[in-house]
Amino acid sequence: MSEHEYTPKSKVGKWFNDRLPLLTLANHLTDYPTPKNLNYWWTFGGILTFCLITQIVTGLVLAMHYIAHADMAFESVEHIMRDVNYGWLIRYIHANGASMFFLAVYIHIFRSLFYGSYKSPREVIWIIGIIIYLLMMAAAFLGYVLPWGQMSFWGATVITNLFSAIPLVGEGIVTWLWGGYSVDNPTLTRFFTLHYLIPFLILGLVVLHIWALHVPGNNNPIGIDIKKPSKDTVPFHPYIVIKDGFALLMFMIVFAFFVFYTPNILGHADNYIEANPLVTPAHIVPEWYLLPFYAILRSVPDKLLGVIAMLSAILILAALPWLDTSKIRSAVFRPLYKQFYWILVADVLILGYVGAMPAEGLYLLIARIATAYYFLHFLVVLPILGFKERTTPVPLSITEPILGGSPNFAAVKKKDDFKDQ
Amino acid sequence: MRNFFRISFLIALFFGFQFNSNAAEKVEYLKTDWSFKGPFGKFDRASLQRGYQVYQEVCSSCHSMKYLSYRNLVEEGGPEFSVEQAKAIAASFEVKDGPNADGEMFTRPGRLSDKFVMPYENEKAAQAANGGAYPPDMTVLVKARGGGVDYIYSLLQGYEDPPAGLTLDDGVYYNKYMYGNKIKMSNQLSDGLVEYSDGTNASVEQMAKDVTTFLMWTAEPHLETRHKMGFKAIVYLIILTVLVYFSMKRIWSRIETKV
Repeated sequence: MSEHEYTPKSKVGKWFNDRLPLLTLANHLTDYPTPKNLNYWWTFGGILTFCLITQIVTGLVLAMHYIAHADMAFESVEHIMRDVNYGWLIRYIHANGASMFFLAVYIHIFRSLFYGSYKSPREVIWIIGIIIYLLMMAAAFLGYVLPWGQMSFWGATVITNLFSAIPLVGEGIVTWLWGGYSVDNPTLTRFFTLHYLIPFLILGLVVLHIWALHVPGNNNPIGIDIKKPSKDTVPFHPYIVIKDGFALLMFMIVFAFFVFYTPNILGHADNYIEANPLVTPAHIVPEWYLLPFYAILRSVPDKLLGVIAMLSAILILAALPWLDTSKIRSAVFRPLYKQFYWILVADVLILGYVGAMPAEGLYLLIARIATAYYFLHFLVVLPILGFKERTTPVPLSITEPILGGSPNFAAVKKKDDFKDQ
Repeated sequence: MRNFFRISFLIALFFGFQFNSNAAEKVEYLKTDWSFKGPFGKFDRASLQRGYQVYQEVCSSCHSMKYLSYRNLVEEGGPEFSVEQAKAIAASFEVKDGPNADGEMFTRPGRLSDKFVMPYENEKAAQAANGGAYPPDMTVLVKARGGGVDYIYSLLQGYEDPPAGLTLDDGVYYNKYMYGNKIKMSNQLSDGLVEYSDGTNASVEQMAKDVTTFLMWTAEPHLETRHKMGFKAIVYLIILTVLVYFSMKRIWSRIETKV
């Protein structure tokens, strides 16, 4: 962590701190030098921590009243909604909280993509982040099964069936996952167990994520390495704390609007019908945050290849630090990358849209083009762009935006561009 | 602040996609002014009581209401029957209880704490009595249908003669708002079907509106509390946000950087 030594002022504090340096940690967290030019896109880390804690706390209360049994789960959810004091509030916060969590995580990820936060020396932070994201998707999927509505049941059936695409052992794995020959009570109880476990795994990884962040320190909107502490940095407390707090409150207003005024708009109506293995819903759609990957899955005609494509779409992100060959981090100084970035954003939104539509006709065609472009962006565009792109001059520091001679200077290929300035 | 508008715009765009995708395949439903819509929406007490009457006299012979108890009829934010009225309603039903000390099951008049009595012994019995179709439980029906209250309201009034060339099986009816237009429930409402004790004219439209209002309440019994609390929560958050904004400005002014 930081280099400077810290000694508590009180004797008791010193005694304790010599045995367990919690006070040193607290001091590190408050003094932590943060780039002063962080914009509001950087507040989503704090917002995500809030989301995680909210999900864990509301989830604990729900688990006290929920019954993980195929015959009673749906009824117990209605019991929570009706008879548990403020049960409706807790459940609506938890259900909408999942959507808010993903909304925030998508902004957080796309922030990282825009400002090149995944690049050296922050690859480990990024990879831990991708693992957290994978676990979030698992937790969200498992959680959606628990109310045991029609979408819960059929969503679980569709997703677990994906494993049957694995050659030779696929069918066996699916039976093993279900704990039987169809999605049933054993499936529900193990999903509940795992849904309870995963948030704590995420919590642990979040600690590592922040720890790994505190080694090199934050990236910043202009993406240059800065001296710490220096004129370019501010202590985390109070500057960043108050700014994160302000952004969090804005986020909570949006959150509250969903919880209190449109609590069911992000869910599917069919999930208020109790699970029935004999009746298949007209359209089986996952929650909105999984739609882009669902679109990729369906755009490939072969089941196994579809599953591989879907998994690759996520795992390719882990290789991003090496696929992006540009040494310049921030898109601010990469005019071409900036355009490709927004095309990628549009591409993912389009994938999300067609993921909600039936996989036929024009929708299927659009899904295929968008899927192809998604991979093209990471596998072709990014590696080439690093060599071909003419980047604009990068400032030397945050406070002194003097051109040329930046730490990134040597890496910029077209040095002549700088001399012209 | 400019960034916040950008974020809000992106959020709006994203959820715009969602609403669009949900709205893509919808029919135009009949509209009416629901008193419970909007951030200050409340139930119309009289309408809820009439709606209960319609449910009781028309729907309940086939449709169960299994998550509701008679005590709920008294609770704040619902039809708010008096305790005496609700006790009388509960007592008018025979509830199976037991076993008693002799190990026998017996029936007794209902109490406030009892769940609404089911019209059929079990799902199979319900199907047998309705030509193979199971009349869905009505407690959360409004939330279990894409169009919500507008859909239920329209469906109840959507019975028509089938278009020429379409022959329907026995026990299947044509309804222009039903998914696939074929429904196994016959038209239930006709003018003057029930006699409202408050003198309201029991037109089909009125009954459809009342019973749908009642179903909205059974699905969301805490809707009024939710709206009230939501308003307080959001006002509180806005005030706090403004205060924190100015604190932030002040703190950051020490280092003269715009936030």
